Amino acid sequence: MSGVSSLRAQDVRYWLSSHRGPLIAAALFVAMFALFVTEHPAGASANVVNTAANKGVLLAFVAMAQTIPVLTAGLDLSVGSVFVMTNCLASTLIAGTPLQVALGVAIVLASGLLCGALNGLVVVFGRLQPIIATLATGAMYSGVALWLRPAPGGDVNEDFADFMTGSLRDVVPFSIVVLAAAVVLIWIPYRRSVLGRAAYAVGSSEQAAYMSGVPVARAKFLAYVLAGLFAAIAGLLLTCLTYSGEANALLGGSYTLSSIAAVVVGGTSLYGGSGGAIGTIFGAFVLRTIGDLLFVFDIDPLSQPLFLGVVLLISVSLGSFRLLKVKKRVDLYR
Amino acid sequence: MPPLLRMEGISKRYGGVRALEGARLECARGRIHAVLGENGAGKSTLLKVLAGVVKPDAGTMELAGEPIALPGPAAASRLGIVSVFQELSLLPDLTVADNIGIIDPPRKWGLTWGPIDQRAQRRLAEQALARVGAGDIHPLAPVRDLPLSRRQMVEIAKALARNPKILLLDEATSALTAADVAKVFRVLRQLRDDGLAIVFISHRMHEIAELADDCSVYRNGCHVESFVAGSKSPAEIIEMMIGREHQSVFPPRPKHEPSEPPAIPPALRVTKLSWAGRLRNIDFEIRPGEVVGLGGLDGQGQRDLLLALFGALTGVSGSIAVNGKQVTLSSPQHTNLRGGGIALIPEDRKTEGLMLSMSVRDNLSFAAIDQFSRFGLIDRSAEETAIASMIRLLSIRADGIDGPVAALSGGNQQKVVIGKWLMTRPQIILLNDPTRGIDVGTKQELYQLLHALAADRAALLFYSTDYAELIGCCDRVLILYDGAIVSVLEGDAMTERNIVAGAHNLATAASAPGEVAP
Repeated sequence: MSGVSSLRAQDVRYWLSSHRGPLIAAALFVAMFALFVTEHPAGASANVVNTAANKGVLLAFVAMAQTIPVLTAGLDLSVGSVFVMTNCLASTLIAGTPLQVALGVAIVLASGLLCGALNGLVVVFGRLQPIIATLATGAMYSGVALWLRPAPGGDVNEDFADFMTGSLRDVVPFSIVVLAAAVVLIWIPYRRSVLGRAAYAVGSSEQAAYMSGVPVARAKFLAYVLAGLFAAIAGLLLTCLTYSGEANALLGGSYTLSSIAAVVVGGTSLYGGSGGAIGTIFGAFVLRTIGDLLFVFDIDPLSQPLFLGVVLLISVSLGSFRLLKVKKRVDLYR
Repeated sequence: MPPLLRMEGISKRYGGVRALEGARLECARGRIHAVLGENGAGKSTLLKVLAGVVKPDAGTMELAGEPIALPGPAAASRLGIVSVFQELSLLPDLTVADNIGIIDPPRKWGLTWGPIDQRAQRRLAEQALARVGAGDIHPLAPVRDLPLSRRQMVEIAKALARNPKILLLDEATSALTAADVAKVFRVLRQLRDDGLAIVFISHRMHEIAELADDCSVYRNGCHVESFVAGSKSPAEIIEMMIGREHQSVFPPRPKHEPSEPPAIPPALRVTKLSWAGRLRNIDFEIRPGEVVGLGGLDGQGQRDLLLALFGALTGVSGSIAVNGKQVTLSSPQHTNLRGGGIALIPEDRKTEGLMLSMSVRDNLSFAAIDQFSRFGLIDRSAEETAIASMIRLLSIRADGIDGPVAALSGGNQQKVVIGKWLMTRPQIILLNDPTRGIDVGTKQELYQLLHALAADRAALLFYSTDYAELIGCCDRVLILYDGAIVSVLEGDAMTERNIVAGAHNLATAASAPGEVAP
């Protein structure tokens, strides 16, 4: 260890190694998206970019919701249901005067927080395994969605909806602005807070975290609450895109599964403790761009799921290299 | 003036096992207090009570004369009681700086609820690391990338960064290099001179002699005596640590035939076995019909040695010969060698030995299932016969063999674990502290079983934390210290005094030349 310059170099090395996942996902997305717009007959027109952004941001929000419980070594199988439920709720509330719309938005977001809080209570105080707890609560939220909207439809303030899904000055998709705002106003402060770091600590080793005096219960609870909030933002955006709501359980299920995939592709470990929402966002974009690429290259739609699956399997396998380093075989079975 | 810390009448039971019984501890500002005792004396439990990790069943604690309650580690930390644990409390995925500042990091703009000030936290970490002489550790390195000895230094730096009033160290130096131990000792003396009370557990007698101002000795969960360091000789201290009030009765050992024909190769010969710095140059052999004991303090590599012989470790160097033939052990399944396999009776029967929710029948026949299955189908009647004879042999008390094994008592569960492996008719049996937490009567039955197996020409390697048990059951005892065999005791040299001395790596007349640990 000699001199300041070598220390700097080491700083950079540590920064790079701790951000490897998001960097790879971002690079992958940029390459894939560039290919997509060059192949697309309309090129990089505002319309193409906006459509892609809206689709990507929807999944990005649901996947961000998934990320935080995963960081605590948990899982939230209800994110898709909360997404659908808040969509149904928003399709009845986002109507009327601007004031009514604002109130509606607040209620929709609050309902997401409430769902997350229920998940957190069941996981933390019920001491149930997150996967089972959220499977059950997710089914409940789907039920609430059906009760709110037995048949698809809705009455949505179109000015508001068009604004949310349009482009600023016809260049920057507004959904991207919302996503960026969520990162800057929610994710980054959370990541830098003590409870945010506690989430990483709990995921890294719950026992060591407890021994160190980390507020384990509060950290887990907040993780699920934030998951509910992000899922509700996604539900709101979906309502703006479709001008309606639909209690579509299949849609919820597919978003839940895609969210887990996006988390993994974005470099967050399913064992918890490492990764983050920025990587997840790029992971979600990558997943959505795969679909777009298959479309512009005219691949038979019937074989798209197969392609998607292969890509997922490869990216998930990258995460298990660490197992090669295990010295006690017993530890593989822990 | 009251002492800084007083613990009185602390009791703790785990099921039927007594960990602490009316134990007490008093320590003062500006003193280093050593807590001594053999395996299972309750030292770690006592410190865990003080750290808020273990809730005592009874007893009171006072800090500077004020009664205190410790509902959790965070509460202890707030009162200035900070621990460095034997099993690391570090978060592997977080950086060194994050670990050091985990509880109360510096905040931005001086706000109580503000975001973590990464720069300030990094400076804090650098200072704490420099203070313990570990300035070579980069604050942004993830802890999982550090070797064990560096992690231990981070653990110590983390404790110091919390500005403790009372610092607890449980075997905190066991993973350190000699150079780091010297640095840590310098820091500890400095802290003592600054007025901290330091309580530490160490199994290295020379460290205690070097560092301690006061000593307290514990035995079987009770406080024996406290005295000023240096006022007792090591021999007197060992006497205090042993002096047990009860003696288990051991069945008489059938006299071993010393005149083995040398033409028969040993059942197990281990040469220069090393693993990951935790096992170092282990050499020994066991002949058929011998019971060899593994002794020493807990955690000196005995468990790793058993796992290595069972094929559960990767990267083991050295050679293992069974019946004179070299073998490569790559997994527990492959240890079913010709002429009988190697069986490991694990320590933690609940996670490594049994499938608790499955039946006694299934648990007993898992390991030996090949013997009574044809083309992948289980021959139920052959299985039935084998199980019935095993239940008779071990006198397992169960209501029928189809009930869940979880419904059995601890002793009977342990018998099922042993029975499961005996069904494979192993020629080499490794036992990892099999009598821990079982009642006296069952212990007796197990001792008799060991003799019966030895008489049946099996080779047994028997690790026990109970020294009396080693003396009562074994032909020979290997004492491990720091992953190496430091002495081999045989015949009349197998005394409790020699085992305890060997376990602390103190020279005895009977010690065999072995590698001396640093």
